[in-house]
Amino acid sequence: MNSFLSQSFAVIRMNLLSLPRRLWMSLAMIIASAVVVTILLAFLAMARGFEVTLKGAGSDDIAMFLRDGSAAELNSVLSKSQVDLIENAPGIAKDKTGVILSSELYVIVDGIKKTSQTAANIPLRGTSQTGIKMRQDFKLIKGRLFNTGTTEMIVGAGILRQFDGFELGKTIRFGKNKWQVVGVFSTGGNVFESELWSDYRVIQNLYNRGSSVQSIRAKLVEAGDIKQIKEYIKNDPRLNIDVETEADYFSAQGKSLNYMAIFGKVISSIMALGALAGALNTMYTSVADRSREIATLRTIGFSNSSAFVGTLFESLTLSALGGLLGALGAFLLFDGMSTSTLGGSFTQVVFSFELSQDLIVQGMKMALGIGLVSGFFPAWRAARMPVLTAFRTE
Amino acid sequence: MSEKNIFKLTNLVKRFTKGKETLSIFEDLNLSIKEGDFVAIMGPSGSGKTTLLNMLGGVDQPTSGEVEFDGKGIEKLSENQLAKWRASNVGFIFQFYNLMPMLNAHRNVELPLLLTQLKSKERSQRVETALELVGLKDRAKHMPGELSGGQQQRVAIARAVVSDPKLLLCDEPTGDLDRQTADEILEMLQLLNREFGKTIIMVTHDPSAAKFANRVLHLDKGKFVEKELSL
Ligand SMILES: Nc1ncnc2c1ncn2[C@@H]1O[C@H](COP(=O)(O)OP(=O)(O)O)[C@@H](O)[C@H]1O
Ligand SMILES: [Mg+2]
Repeated sequence: MNSFLSQSFAVIRMNLLSLPRRLWMSLAMIIASAVVVTILLAFLAMARGFEVTLKGAGSDDIAMFLRDGSAAELNSVLSKSQVDLIENAPGIAKDKTGVILSSELYVIVDGIKKTSQTAANIPLRGTSQTGIKMRQDFKLIKGRLFNTGTTEMIVGAGILRQFDGFELGKTIRFGKNKWQVVGVFSTGGNVFESELWSDYRVIQNLYNRGSSVQSIRAKLVEAGDIKQIKEYIKNDPRLNIDVETEADYFSAQGKSLNYMAIFGKVISSIMALGALAGALNTMYTSVADRSREIATLRTIGFSNSSAFVGTLFESLTLSALGGLLGALGAFLLFDGMSTSTLGGSFTQVVFSFELSQDLIVQGMKMALGIGLVSGFFPAWRAARMPVLTAFRTE
Repeated sequence: MSEKNIFKLTNLVKRFTKGKETLSIFEDLNLSIKEGDFVAIMGPSGSGKTTLLNMLGGVDQPTSGEVEFDGKGIEKLSENQLAKWRASNVGFIFQFYNLMPMLNAHRNVELPLLLTQLKSKERSQRVETALELVGLKDRAKHMPGELSGGQQQRVAIARAVVSDPKLLLCDEPTGDLDRQTADEILEMLQLLNREFGKTIIMVTHDPSAAKFANRVLHLDKGKFVEKELSL
């Protein structure tokens, strides 16, 4: 075998075997790296979970119409005449009863959060049979659908998890209006589960919206093809309207929590600097602790690169162990944990932390970065250590 | 013992500079050592014995002058060239044994062989032979901490000879041992010199240790005072 390799293996083995001599320092380095990784992963998993929850709501074959310049449904309004014009747009799928299109309203109501017992915003969506059918993942878990023309509503499973008082059969008061919960639905974990649904005409009435709506969802003939609709809108000055696929709409909304990921990276980088300082200290101590052994090996004829490699490997091993421990910690503490936060429309979005493989890779990269930097300089010192110290008496 | 010189030191100068102060250890030192000789270097503490041994072993370099080994100057070799030179020509024996505490006797002795192209099986055979030579065949699996001082030094001797270098450099090899154990170690060195033809250069401050050598050099104030021993 290549002498460099056999030397390096031997030195690595000796370094790892000597770790018990520096047990506490080494453990401290592992734990410091682990904490950094856990915190990084918590933020990344949160941002990812939010993104997945919103992205999952959007379909590629649904065109979403909002008033020009309104980034979200909440601040959009479309008049009856605009709705009529949209119905005539090209590229919209039809069935026996005409174009497949859902007029929707989106108003904000209050709910009491289970965790904090404080009021938070919940969206109450006005929709219709057609609108419900457009959500492919829609499933009625309990009860039945609301009847048109009544103050009945169905409740998303996420709302049920995070808010008090929305159980099946309950009567709920929003302002002067009373509503009955007649069903509970799921949409496969996406953002629609954080909503209350009822008949849009009833909401038009109770909230004095006349015949206006806030958004239109229309089924496309061809998935992803909204070019001709865009063209149609551009050519009609009465339609000061934005259109994009529902998938694009939600994917943009999902990015709104990206600051979480950035914040997490900044926080964990700052903490990584602290961990790095500790790790450097650990590794310099390791070199000092092994100085006699390093010098003896060098006297025998071992190369200085083997001293370098051995030290670097030791720090990478410790930080990698920290990284794995941190990932495990994040997995046990956060993965799948359900939480809610303000989404793009100032309403609560219920979502779960998503600790995916690529995030764990990011965490490991952070840990190995700590190991690489904290190992490099001490390894350099180990490689530069004068050989003649082996003869020196202690 | 052959007539050939293994070492020839010419006009050797060694000074240590610390800040503005310069400490002169040797000024113009000359010395020849025959191949196959067993030389003891004696002298008071601080007289430069270890420094000299370091230069002979290529772990330290002279300020000026030549260190010829087998007719070739080694004082100008680079650090990595010296490491290779040491690996194939020199076995080191230290006062405090310098064994790797986390490795058993077998693995300690094997270390110099990791610098060679030998296969694992061949290495094992050589290690066993070396351990047998120093009488520790049955201690191969013992950790240094489980061995007495004399046994540890014997493991160190096995490590020094396992790759069959022609030169052994020993710095106070018995400095930490009792009389009887010291004598056993010295007899072993004598055997290596007589039976295996190893050239041995041994630093010691112990006159009875020096008696095992063929030639005793007294180092004082940077100069040699030679006394031949009658054996
Ligand atoms: N690396 C060094 N730097 C400075 N001074 C040194 C160094 N090595 C040895 N010396 C000095 O050189 C002198 C001789 O040291 P040494 O060779 O160890 O003596 P001995 O082995 O005979 O006791 C001592 O005064 C010692 O302090
Ligand atoms: Mg000395």
